[in-house]
Amino acid sequence: MLKNTRWANLLIQLAAVLMALLLTTLIMLAADAPPLEAYANIIKGSFGSLDRISKVLLSWIPLLLTTAGLLITFSTGLWNIGVEGQIVLGAIATTWVLRLFQDSAIAPGWIIFLSILAGMIGGAIWASLAGALKTFGGVNEIFGGLGLNFVATALTLWLIFGPWKRPGVGSMSGTQPFPEELWLPQIPDYDLSYWALGLAIASIVAVYFLLQGTYFGLRLKAVGKNFRAAHLLGIPTWQHMMAAFFLCGIFAGAAGAMQVTAVYHRLIPSISSGYGYLGLLVAMLVNYQAIWAAPVALFYAALNIGSIQLPIVLKMDSSLSGVLQGMLVLFVLMVEGIRQRYLRRT
Amino acid sequence: MTTDTLIIGLAGVLASAAPVLFAVLGETISERAGVINLSMNGTILLAAMGGFAVSVSTGSLFWGFITGMIIGGLVALVLAFSSITLKQSQVAVGFVLTMVCRDLSYFLGNPYMGLTGPRLSSWSIPVLKDIPIFGALLFRQDYLTYISYLGIIIVWVWIYKTRPGLILQGIGERPASAFVRGANVNRLRYIYTVLGGALIGLAGVTYSLSVKYGWKGTISGLDGIGWIALSITIFGGWDPIRAAFGCYLFSLLQWLGLVLQPALPNIPSQVLQVAPFPLMILTLLFVNIGNAEWVERTLAAIPEPSRKAISRLLRALRASPPAALGVPFESE
Amino acid sequence: MKVELKAIHKSFGTVHANNNINLAIQAGTIQGILGENGAGKSTLMKVLSGFIQEDEGKILLDGKPISVRSPADAIQHGIGMLHQDPLDFPPMRIIDNFIVGREGGVFPNKKEARKDFIKLANEFDFALDPESYVDSLTVGERQQLEILRLLWLGVRVLILDEPTTGISALQKEKLFATLKTLAKQGKTIIFVSHKLEDVEQLCNQVAVLRQGILVGEADAPFEIDKLVEMMFSKVISVEAKQPCPFGNSALSLHNFVVEDYRLRLESVDLTLRAGEVIGLAGMEGSGQRPFLRACAGLLRPTQGKVIVGEKDLTGKPYLAYKNHGVGFLPASRLEEGLIPGLSLTEHFILAEKGQGMFIDRERWERETKERITSFNIRGTPLSPVEALSGGNQQRALLALLNSPLSLILLEHPTRGLDIESVIYIWGKLKERCRQGTAIIFVSADLEEILQYSDRVLVFFSGRVSPPLDASATSVEQLGQLIGGKGWAEKFEQQGDVYA
Repeated sequence: MLKNTRWANLLIQLAAVLMALLLTTLIMLAADAPPLEAYANIIKGSFGSLDRISKVLLSWIPLLLTTAGLLITFSTGLWNIGVEGQIVLGAIATTWVLRLFQDSAIAPGWIIFLSILAGMIGGAIWASLAGALKTFGGVNEIFGGLGLNFVATALTLWLIFGPWKRPGVGSMSGTQPFPEELWLPQIPDYDLSYWALGLAIASIVAVYFLLQGTYFGLRLKAVGKNFRAAHLLGIPTWQHMMAAFFLCGIFAGAAGAMQVTAVYHRLIPSISSGYGYLGLLVAMLVNYQAIWAAPVALFYAALNIGSIQLPIVLKMDSSLSGVLQGMLVLFVLMVEGIRQRYLRRT
Repeated sequence: MTTDTLIIGLAGVLASAAPVLFAVLGETISERAGVINLSMNGTILLAAMGGFAVSVSTGSLFWGFITGMIIGGLVALVLAFSSITLKQSQVAVGFVLTMVCRDLSYFLGNPYMGLTGPRLSSWSIPVLKDIPIFGALLFRQDYLTYISYLGIIIVWVWIYKTRPGLILQGIGERPASAFVRGANVNRLRYIYTVLGGALIGLAGVTYSLSVKYGWKGTISGLDGIGWIALSITIFGGWDPIRAAFGCYLFSLLQWLGLVLQPALPNIPSQVLQVAPFPLMILTLLFVNIGNAEWVERTLAAIPEPSRKAISRLLRALRASPPAALGVPFESE
Repeated sequence: MKVELKAIHKSFGTVHANNNINLAIQAGTIQGILGENGAGKSTLMKVLSGFIQEDEGKILLDGKPISVRSPADAIQHGIGMLHQDPLDFPPMRIIDNFIVGREGGVFPNKKEARKDFIKLANEFDFALDPESYVDSLTVGERQQLEILRLLWLGVRVLILDEPTTGISALQKEKLFATLKTLAKQGKTIIFVSHKLEDVEQLCNQVAVLRQGILVGEADAPFEIDKLVEMMFSKVISVEAKQPCPFGNSALSLHNFVVEDYRLRLESVDLTLRAGEVIGLAGMEGSGQRPFLRACAGLLRPTQGKVIVGEKDLTGKPYLAYKNHGVGFLPASRLEEGLIPGLSLTEHFILAEKGQGMFIDRERWERETKERITSFNIRGTPLSPVEALSGGNQQRALLALLNSPLSLILLEHPTRGLDIESVIYIWGKLKERCRQGTAIIFVSADLEEILQYSDRVLVFFSGRVSPPLDASATSVEQLGQLIGGKGWAEKFEQQGDVYA
């Protein structure tokens, strides 16, 4: 049963999911919270109405973009934990361009286009910083990235309370919202934008082909799996690492741009919404395979949206979704370890 | 600023360094044994919350501290089981644990937000407290600060001067050699990981019961400390004394940020609060840059006398991790 | 102490590494265990020393059955093993290495330990400073440290696994003298080797293993031909040397100085011509590795010029060397040569330059199949490289080299390979020579160096000898030279560097 077949794998994953659910349930029982009602609330909160579904899809967009980027860095053997800051910088760059042109005569469509482009570049530059620290400074990307994440957050706060503050006094609610013509066009009556959705889906498809079918993707994998051997085989290694960071930054920056142009329409202090860290979890859960990224990211987005009402309805902290999201990855890793151990033994 | 307020301020620096020190010492022994505990940021939060909740419910500081340490040890046990027994990536498991523990602390800590309970008080050491300057600086603190002084010494002596400490160095450097010398490598790795985890847990409760009293959920101000502690561990080159120096330096910088705030009214407080992070990147850059290949290439092109001096400086700063850090051991 | 192994079986997956081994070794003797790589010698010794557990069988000491579940158990019973790469802690001091593993209180008595260490070291005339760090020692000195440590622990059965690889002739002499003394004291010595010469010099009796089976035993004096026949089940004749005609200069080094943080090599002037083979001899850590890597452009020489063919490549990066027809094969196949997790096909795709965007998998699988056939690799296009045997990995590495090449640089090209693979690989390399490729290789096997090179460079603690004519040099001479002996006579320089 633990053999390496497709069905066995699926069954094992299912067992991991059940164990994660069981443990989360036990935690709720220990905290005197009603588990069944909580789950029902999450499901209703995510798929209960068209409006909720559109919100889930809206949350799916930045998560999927981030995950797409992370698949590239993971393939190159890099733990791009700085992705969180890359989203933030994408959002800042987008806001900057929107502010710059909002009173100009340029057509709104062009302004939005330019701002998203700026977001991508902003994210890519921030990622390149972590990459440069890694390749030229020998600073592990985890630490360089974390440091840059905190700097990015500080930068956001400074902008919101300083140069970009609302008329009057700056507040945690963010900068002055942009006029509606600078929003990505939405479906009438819903928050969802087809443009944003299209961008996210196109990104994950592009990353899938990049990693599966191209010479460049194969070289990235070679660098990721054995840096020194790749070098001896004649692959320019640091260039490929930098390229991986840069590409991931583009996707993360795009996620930040979506947060501004399609979700919040302004810069807020927690503009990344934690999608960077969540994207890392999704990438790990799908074992770095692009093909599973879309459905799993959708599930995680649904958990995020579904748990929003927990504090109001059940007086429960919404971090419950985070607990479940993390537990799932933890159990999938552990169950995989048990399976490998079993295979080694026999 | 008068001398007295300066001394009080510096004494505060020593006290607020205590939890970071516990965390860094814990991480140091865990990594010396070959296991990176990346869950530190979440563990500190969960232990802070758990220890606080128990001390509020039972009215006992003691049980609060014990709970915090048990939580830290348990999280480390999950990491040890996944990475040593199941051979999963330490970084992956550690990162997931960080996330889970953080959210768990917010979820379970909800009912305890803003409550108060027993609080650790300070206790001056008789006689020693009256030494001029040093008395006020070092010996009018709470118990945990004294324990943190002791912790540095104990861990240092343990690693470098004792027989089990030599074996600890061995299992992180070359587990196969330790194994042929009779060490049960994986069991020892379990022990040190859990012990290190308990120290990290102690760091958490030291915050919630003393240095930053209470539990305030997402605004407790503890999110991020664990990452700082991780980089101080690297800065410390896996040596307790150099690590302690890093902890005090970090604590001093934070205090300077507070003191300098009024002098720099144009800079929002949020910016000064993150000042340690870019500094952390810079120090890591100094510690690591000697490992980069281009540096070696460039150095080779520099004329003889200055080259020797530069490479000696880089080597003194450089810290090399235990050779088997993150590598599972199996005796075939 | 008398050691008896009875019906030992040990399998790894489908490989029967030890198949019903029965062997009795008398106290006070030196027992040789002979066999080629992969014959099961190391497995048997690891079983005896507790490193791994037998599947079936018994171990008896002085007639009493014992159970050896770990190396610590083995030490308790007085059995100690010196591994081929001594299992010590390079970043720690000698004295700390000495202490770790000895039972006792929490605080070790360093003073006592130091006294014991010095006494033991004097007894065997080993010059080791207890305060120096192990990573500054040669392999030979690290062996000496391990021997002292095991004796201090009260070992009465000493197992040595291929101890003469990578040590100088002088250190070997000293090692053999030590082992003979220990045997005289009544200790049991088990000497594992694939080198007939060593066994012949040292052992009282020998047991020969082949493919996991004990195929025969003999007492000294040995009939070498018979031992060879037992080892290989046939008489192996290595082909006679056939030098290739030399062409134009393939590589020239002018006033070439290489340095790493431990060692500065003296300046070298050398011209290597197309079709020529140069072997680099020396103990591990004598500078052959940085020298070879500097020739490949992986390390920048601190002085001097490197000219590949007609082109001055001084200071250029590795990729420039590669593009000018320099191929480099590292010693550690899975760490530096190949990429575990990728298939053979993927390796061939990566080795080719200048492609478009998308990979045509089918075309590449066809191409890989062809190369698998022409290089006699046992594997399929989709086999991950880590699933191949050592010999097949080395063949794959050879197949990955571009062609044509003007220069191939190899580190230990045949280390750990069976004799068949060794002959095959040198056949392929010689074929390259005939096509006009020059070769430089590093090896710890002096016979290999003399067999396949035209000229030899000897390395000794930073010194590089002028090129020696391989056909006019004997293994003994070379063994002396890598230990720093006889440089003065040979190269007419002032004073013996060893003194």
